[in-house]
This record gives sequence, structure tokens and C-alpha cells, in this order.
Amino acid sequence: MGGGMPVLGLRPPVPQVHEIVFRNFYTAFLSVRVQRPGPPGSRRWVTCLRDYCLMPCPHTEEGSQDYFSLRRHQMLCDVDQVTAVRFILRQPSPVWLHFTIEELQIFPPGQKSPQKDFPSWLSQLTPPEQPASLHRELPDPEKVSTEVQQMWVLTEVIRARQAAARIGRFDVDGCYDINLLSYT
Amino acid sequence: MKEPLAYMRKAQGSWEKRILKSLNSMCTELSIPLAQKRPVSEQKELLNKWNEMGTDEPDLSLFRPVYAPKDFLEVLMNLRNPNYENGEHPSFRNHLGLIQVPLKVKDIPELKEDFSELGLNIGQLGIDDSAQVPPEFFENEHVRVGQKVLAEQDSAAAQQYVRQGCPTALRADLWALILNISNQPEDILYYEQLKSNVIQHDLLVDSLIYKDVKLTASNDDYYFVFEDYLYQVLLCFSRDTAVLEHFTYSSATPPRSYIRGKLGMEEYAVFYPPNVNYNSFILSVAPLCFLYHEPSKLYQIFREMYVRFFFRLHSISSHPSGIVSLCLLFETLLQTHLPQLFYHLREIGAQPLRISFKWMVRAFSGYLATDQLLLLWDRILGYNSLEVLAGNRTVFTKRPFCFLSQAVLADLSTLKVMPLLQIFLFATVT
Repeated sequence: MGGGMPVLGLRPPVPQVHEIVFRNFYTAFLSVRVQRPGPPGSRRWVTCLRDYCLMPCPHTEEGSQDYFSLRRHQMLCDVDQVTAVRFILRQPSPVWLHFTIEELQIFPPGQKSPQKDFPSWLSQLTPPEQPASLHRELPDPEKVSTEVQQMWVLTEVIRARQAAARIGRFDVDGCYDINLLSYT
Repeated sequence: MKEPLAYMRKAQGSWEKRILKSLNSMCTELSIPLAQKRPVSEQKELLNKWNEMGTDEPDLSLFRPVYAPKDFLEVLMNLRNPNYENGEHPSFRNHLGLIQVPLKVKDIPELKEDFSELGLNIGQLGIDDSAQVPPEFFENEHVRVGQKVLAEQDSAAAQQYVRQGCPTALRADLWALILNISNQPEDILYYEQLKSNVIQHDLLVDSLIYKDVKLTASNDDYYFVFEDYLYQVLLCFSRDTAVLEHFTYSSATPPRSYIRGKLGMEEYAVFYPPNVNYNSFILSVAPLCFLYHEPSKLYQIFREMYVRFFFRLHSISSHPSGIVSLCLLFETLLQTHLPQLFYHLREIGAQPLRISFKWMVRAFSGYLATDQLLLLWDRILGYNSLEVLAGNRTVFTKRPFCFLSQAVLADLSTLKVMPLLQIFLFATVT
């Protein structure tokens, strides 16, 4: 039955927190508190995220099984020198049987979360292709004629060596012979 | 993003397995292979009669449709979230309709905001172009704007424009602009390649397509003339591997098979055409035949409409334009705004969704008159959403329910769809 306010506590692998990634399971609101050094010798709990909305409409499915990523710039306080983290989950709707968060991961600075890795070529714009300019000079005729000769030799060789094997990848006696459809 | 909810993915997987079993058993019972190369003589014959495949009368009595819309509705009705309090006793948690999953659906104020261009004070084709309204009020200016949008070749402006409906003369070009179809030489070449794939290989689904076209379009008063076009589009569609791309955002997965003797070896895995009830497919192609006469352009328009919109009507997902959400939207709106009618229909065993499901799953094709259907599909393109399909609840108020019978309700051919939509959104007292 819904209701109640489960709290998950854990220690981060290193004291600096850069990003928190998790998969929601029917939690509506999330608060996060971190334990940091306070006045000399003691440690205090500070709220770094207050009632972050995971499900805009708690009675319905929206956001219920989504992945979320929380980065340090979204936090209310500094998240260096963290010794413990608490996740406070709230689900006001009574229609859900259970609610929690899953696949929780905390990443320190410098270590990117898996989803964020873009290959570098994706972020670079491809330079427009420069067409070959023939206005300066004509290509060297000797060079062109040797290249053309090479191509002619190649075509002659290929013609002489016509392969008997067909290109069809899966042709078995001239047909795509497949099994029944697979269930997996 | 395919589908965030685990139980929906599971339901879709089970449904697909059921279809595969049915197809496999048909294959073994009839001893017909799933795919085989045609003998050369047969290829020549098919090429010769490519433009008149409708004249063929093959024996299809042993083939049966893979599933009917009511089978699909049964599956949707039985969808349950295992984490939801589905108690036996009726409570506020249970929905009164057939759909029992707690998806978020829009209410009238939200729909009014999203579909603001359908408002009472904004001109609409389908309403303000009727014979009683002088064309100077709206129609002439609207046509002029449409011509300008086409001249500018502005796809975003076209999408905004069609929210108020397309003039008949401009519709084909406007839809092509929105869907980004330009029918370049390479597109024509691609279609010809697909055609040659059809000629060379015979697939089991071809017979299913034949059967379904014979059953539906050939008997339809409006669509029988396009029978040949339907074969030319659908047979190519079932061989088009470009369609596989839409599976990255659909909750569905294409069926696979392995070359004989190589079961389980990934490099010998091939994809088989996605299996759906070809009934619905056929009826999504047929209206387009009124707009496009060149087979390769017709094909591309249909393919794009399918991978953008219509695939959502055939798979189980939580998407707002998915069939599950549309059903729930329909039921919620009917229940909220016509509670007595809804309750009465329930009591007499005529759950409204059972009637309107087959309309929605076919996007109303085959039920509305063609001009009305195309006006409705204008809005699907304009709003990039299928939610307009769920706005059919006012149909139920147009027929006095004391005379309710399936036949009466099933005949929508005289309905004017735009006035009904406008009334339902903007003129209902809430």
C-alpha cells in the first residue's frame, strides 16, 4: 500500500559528488540530504535537493519508470566532502503497492556517466567538402593516362576471372531458406 | 525511446509471440514456406501483370487473418500494472471502462489548449467552407495562404496551416511538404528496387495481404477502384528494410528468423516483415490513393505516415498517441462529460469502447466519408498527434440511445467530423 516515506542511506565511493543517476520506480518526489563536516569535529546533515518532482501526476504512470540524472549544479548546497547521502522518497498516492528507486549510481567528478558519452565526431561539425578546383591548371596528361591504363588492366583481369559463385548471401539452391519465425 | 514501462514491454512481447505462433502454425499447416524465390516464369508473369494484380483470383480460402481488432482489444483490456492496487471490489482506483491502466490522459481544458486552432472563433475547413457560408469570409483567404506556404516550401508553416484543414486542390502537395517527401530520382529508384524484390521472392505475408485486400477494399464502395494500387504499395512495404528504423522508437520488435541449419547464429539472422492485421494497413493506404497517383510517391507518403503515426495504433505502449492512451482518453472523456450515457451503456452490456475501438484502430478509415476522413487526417498531421481520434464521443450523443443498435452506430458515413470535434472541445458545458 502506498504511503510512508522510505529513506535510503549510503556512503559515496569518494567524497565529491558530481552526478547521481538512478531509475525511478513509482516514487513521486525525491529529497536528498548529505552529511558534511560542520563546526570543527562534528558533522551535519544538509538538504541538497528538496521535493524534486519525478512524477508530475502521482496517480498516473508519467515518469514512474524513467531514468533520472541529477548533477551537482542542480543541488542546493556544495557536494564536496560528503561522507553519507540520504534519499528520502515520497509517494502521496495510495494506488501504488511499492515505490523505490533502483540502479542508483553516484559519480565523482571526472568520471562520466555512461549515457553522457558522445563520440567526439558527433560534436564537431563536418567541414563542407571542397570540390576539386580545375581552374588553376589541367592535370598532368601522363599521370592521367597511366591511371586510365591501370583501370583498363583491372577491368580486363576481372572479366577474365568471372567468378562462378553467386553474390546472394543466403541463397540455398536459389531461395532464401529460412526456418520458422523465432520467439526469442 | 522505446517504452519506459516494463509491464507494457512484456505485454507487447507476449502479443508478438502469439502472432508469431499463429503465423508459424499457418506455415506448417499449409506447408507453405515463409519465403521462397519465384521461378523465372512466375517472375515474368508477375511483372507483366504488375499494374493489374487485382484481376488475379488465387485460392486463398485456407489463409486466415492473423488477428482481428477485437482480439487486440481483449489484450488491451487485460493489461494490468502489477504495482497498482487492482482490487476486486470497485473503488476509486478502478476505471469504469475497459482500460485499466493508469496512464495520464488530457482533460478538456488541456485539450482546448493543445488544439486551440479548432476554437469556435477560428475558421475551419469542414465547417466554414460549407455552402451556406460565403467564401469571402474564410475559404478564399485560407486557400491564398495555402498557396503561399507551398510557394515558400516551408514545412513548419505547412504543419501549422493544416490545423485549419487543407483545401482539396492543395492537400497532396501540403502533406508531401509536411512529411518531407519530394520523390527524387533516388526515391523512384528505391521503389523500383523494392518492386524487383517483390518479383523475385514470394513471402507468406503476400497471401495474407491479398486475402485482406480482397476482403476489405474490394468490397468497399469508395476504395474498390484502388485495389491494384494497394497491392503495389503493400507488397513493397513488406520488403522495405528502411521500415526497420522505426523500431528504435516503437515498443514493438520485428520478428526474426534464421537461415535453415543455422539456428541461433547471429550472422545468419534475418528480419521478417512486421506482422499486423493487414486490415488496418489496407485502410490506411486506401484514402491516400485519392491524393497520389504515382506509385512511388504514394508508397513513400504511406510509409512515412505509418512510421510517424499509424504504427502506434498496432502496438502496446504508454505513448500519448498510442492506442492504449487513445482508448483511455476516449473512455475518460465520455465518462466525465456524458456520465449517464456511459453508465447506461455499461448496464446494457454495450461498453462504448467496444464500438469505437475499431474506428480508432483504423484511424476512422472505412467508416467516415472520404472527404471527412481527409479533414480529420489533416489535423493528425497538423498536430503531430493521434489524439483527435479519441474525440469521437459526441457521435454517441447524435444517436438517441434508446434506439441503440450496433448497425446504427456503426454507420458513420453521413457524419460531419469537424463540427463534432469543435463542439466536443469548445462548446460543451463542463
